[in-house]
Amino acid sequence: MHNRSIRDLARSMARGEYSSTELTRHFLSRMADAGDLNAFITVTGDQALEQAAEADRRIRSGSAGPLTGIPMVHKDIFCTAGVPTTCGSKMLADFVSPYDATVVRRLAEAGMVSMGKTNMDEFAMGSSNESSHFGAVKNPWETSRVPGGSSGGSAAAVAARLSPVATATDTGGSIRQPAALCGITGIKPSYGRVSRYGMVAFASSLDQGGVLATSAEDAALVLEAMAGFDERDSTSLEQQVPDYTATLEESIRDKVIGLPKEFFGDGVEPDVADAIQDAIRELEALGARTVEVELPNSEIGIPCYYVLAPAEASSNLSRFDGVRYGHRAAQFEDLIDMYERSRAEGFGEEVQRRIMIGTYVLSSGYYDAYYIKAQKLRRMIADDFTRAFERCDLIAGPTSPGTAFPIGAKNDDPIAMYLNDIFTNSVNLAGLPGISVNAGFDRDGLPIGLHLIGRYLDETTILNVAHQFQQATDWHNTAPGGYA
Amino acid sequence: MKWETVIGLEVHVQLMTRSKIFSGDSTAYGAAPNTQACDVSIALPGVLPVMNREAARLAVKFGMAIGAEINRTSVFARKNYFYPDLPKGYQISQYETPIVGRGSLEIDPGDGPKTIGITRAHLEEDAGKSLHGSSGDFTGIDLNRAGTPLLEIVSEPDMRSPAEAVAYLRQLHALVRYLGISDGNMQEGSFRCDANVSIRPLGAAELGTRTELKNINSFRFVEKAIRYEIERQIDILEDGGTVVQETRLYDADRDETRSMRSKEEAHDYRYFPDPDLPPMVLEDAFLAEVKESLPELPHDRRHRFIEHYGLAPADAAQLTNERTQADYFEAVAEATNAEPRTACNWILGELNAALNQEGIPVEASRIDSDALAGLLDRIADSSISGKIAKDVFSAMWNGEGDADSIIEARGLRQITDTGAIEAVVDEVLAASPDQVRQFREGNQKVIGFLVGQVMKKTRGKANPKQVNETLRRKLDA
Repeated sequence: MHNRSIRDLARSMARGEYSSTELTRHFLSRMADAGDLNAFITVTGDQALEQAAEADRRIRSGSAGPLTGIPMVHKDIFCTAGVPTTCGSKMLADFVSPYDATVVRRLAEAGMVSMGKTNMDEFAMGSSNESSHFGAVKNPWETSRVPGGSSGGSAAAVAARLSPVATATDTGGSIRQPAALCGITGIKPSYGRVSRYGMVAFASSLDQGGVLATSAEDAALVLEAMAGFDERDSTSLEQQVPDYTATLEESIRDKVIGLPKEFFGDGVEPDVADAIQDAIRELEALGARTVEVELPNSEIGIPCYYVLAPAEASSNLSRFDGVRYGHRAAQFEDLIDMYERSRAEGFGEEVQRRIMIGTYVLSSGYYDAYYIKAQKLRRMIADDFTRAFERCDLIAGPTSPGTAFPIGAKNDDPIAMYLNDIFTNSVNLAGLPGISVNAGFDRDGLPIGLHLIGRYLDETTILNVAHQFQQATDWHNTAPGGYA
Repeated sequence: MKWETVIGLEVHVQLMTRSKIFSGDSTAYGAAPNTQACDVSIALPGVLPVMNREAARLAVKFGMAIGAEINRTSVFARKNYFYPDLPKGYQISQYETPIVGRGSLEIDPGDGPKTIGITRAHLEEDAGKSLHGSSGDFTGIDLNRAGTPLLEIVSEPDMRSPAEAVAYLRQLHALVRYLGISDGNMQEGSFRCDANVSIRPLGAAELGTRTELKNINSFRFVEKAIRYEIERQIDILEDGGTVVQETRLYDADRDETRSMRSKEEAHDYRYFPDPDLPPMVLEDAFLAEVKESLPELPHDRRHRFIEHYGLAPADAAQLTNERTQADYFEAVAEATNAEPRTACNWILGELNAALNQEGIPVEASRIDSDALAGLLDRIADSSISGKIAKDVFSAMWNGEGDADSIIEARGLRQITDTGAIEAVVDEVLAASPDQVRQFREGNQKVIGFLVGQVMKKTRGKANPKQVNETLRRKLDA
């Protein structure tokens, strides 16, 4: 049951081969067996079985939709009524939201069964899932290695086939990089496509919800259900969500794939570079054409990102002050002392580092030199993409310069950690959709991600190309040993 | 040395929207603590602001009324600081691009009109309230007010005396009420004022160091606080000291200002554009609709009252201070045959006295405009005298009916029958030989006594004009 597509599962349930309850039990038991991965912060077995029972009633009554009864898990950044939402932080370790995020509500309305909340880097700040208050997540391909981050729990869970699909969020690569490092499919839609209401904010102008799945088809199905305008999010787009699955089977003949030379430089590990070249040849064999494009400002993506994201984060995280909810220090002298102790105790090292960077770049006298300058660079990066898309329909390259690295390897070197997202950051800065699909393995058997970037609002093309690639290859069907 | 005072005011006006500026919470005043504080107001993780267009509409209305530039695109920014009643740890405000740009307001502090520049007016959300000592050693937080829409109106440093500052505030207060964008209730904090005060040698071009006075929430306190602060600064400078740039709090009980925080302690608010809210774009249709809804402004209406109704400038100004009062006047003036001046006198006199006595606004008056017009008609057609009319007014106020029925029931109709008046006049002249003699000897003043006697005998009902004429005719005979 755990190696089948969502459409397969839905068909089987419709035929009565098994129920959502049985399916849910199956995945819950796999989750319990895979506890050593530390992929989950909260498991909601009882609630999942209630939802599955309700889904079974809908299936029997013939009122089921394409997602009814399909189990899933949420990244612990999405607020879930009555279930803890920790955001991977001590600050929110005991926080229970009174409301559901829009994404959570929409997927529940679609009949999906939520089995729990996945581990993540604290407040989504990290590329290895090591900054979580609840401990590091392990990569199911090699448990001494990281799964990537920040959506490491969601990625590990889907890779190990503990859940057919998971929600995730991506501020600078937090869906696509873990998808790459765990050998699965992860899509970050265009900024504004998915409501941010109920998604704990990291960097508001960059954050975007998306999906981790084993295939582009599954990702398309779930994305369609969670996307769309939300009156509670002023940055969500009043645009019709395309029927993503309707165009998956279209030929990619004559699609033009742009290859930025900046994505194929020295920083990329040789095995990764080779696998991406093979994948591009595969796409050419399917009829796509390639053209070299330029993204001349891509090298400033990381510095630009690490000014803007911390700036917004420093403000977004101000609400965690120990006054109304969240961690409050047990002992304090006065109000200021309460703030300082509560935040010093409640936030981990990486979060504090980013709050300090963000506070600094916004402070009087430095604002123009950092924040305003970074906003200008952001515009230049977006303009680069616009120019590149005059010559191509999508852009391809590696998702991450390397494969999964050992747990602890980059902990003392934040810059080395930040460089993991060198190819993904700029996509968030430009607000574009991006997808990562598995495109093979390195010499250690670790997965390599192919990154496809689309035009603004054009998730359709990258899903179509990713699906066609998956029809022609079998990488996405390869599960880590021990979890097949 | 002669000193010149320079004052600029920042006024926070609570806008009269039903719901808050970024959430659906009610803005009603006085509810139990935290009962009007939804997920957005208490800043739960993951919540987002959504702009209430009504607040923008009211802000634009104000902008148009002061002849200001309206920014078609304005930007919300975050003002970051920590305080327990500021739930997000930042206030959503407008910084570099406010909705309302430069405009002006004409005031009359008593020595002729003066134009005060308004630098800008921007939208922002209010914070909650800290209730110190509300429960033992703890400070309670009430977030009902958090997110209430405010318009912060910043003036140029154009005022030169406490009296001008008060005149500006009164004019602004009247205007926001007139426009219906705020109830202006100062007790409830709907109209709050901070003052920037500095002094400089008279004739100097450069501004002196200013202090910012906070917490001055009545017209009287504004005047007193500024007056105190001017004295304080003059004392410092005349003693050879220097004024420190700082924020000072006005203590009404002690009538003094005291230091709250110095410039060095001032917050670095780290303003930046709020990424949760796209720039607010005002379309042509929206602006046209607001312009359409704009009432006749007090200034224009005042002039019209002088021109069209022939009112004295001071009376016209007083009438147009409150839109409802001006509306009431116009309704009476249109409905009655009496002179508009008479209507004005009655409204500013009897009616206002009665309203003030009960502390109710004109729209709650127990005598509506038609009823007052009915009373004034009876004066105009000489059915009753002005004096009798005051009694009728009281009876009307006490709910005894309209003017005609009260006049009828009490038999107050003026005696205009010439024969009847002549009879009483003859009676009085016969009983007052001394006065008649005095009159004929040239003492014209005694006529007043004789009129009074006639009025007394007719219980005030005789038409005074007729009595006067009849008396003179008979005495001159």
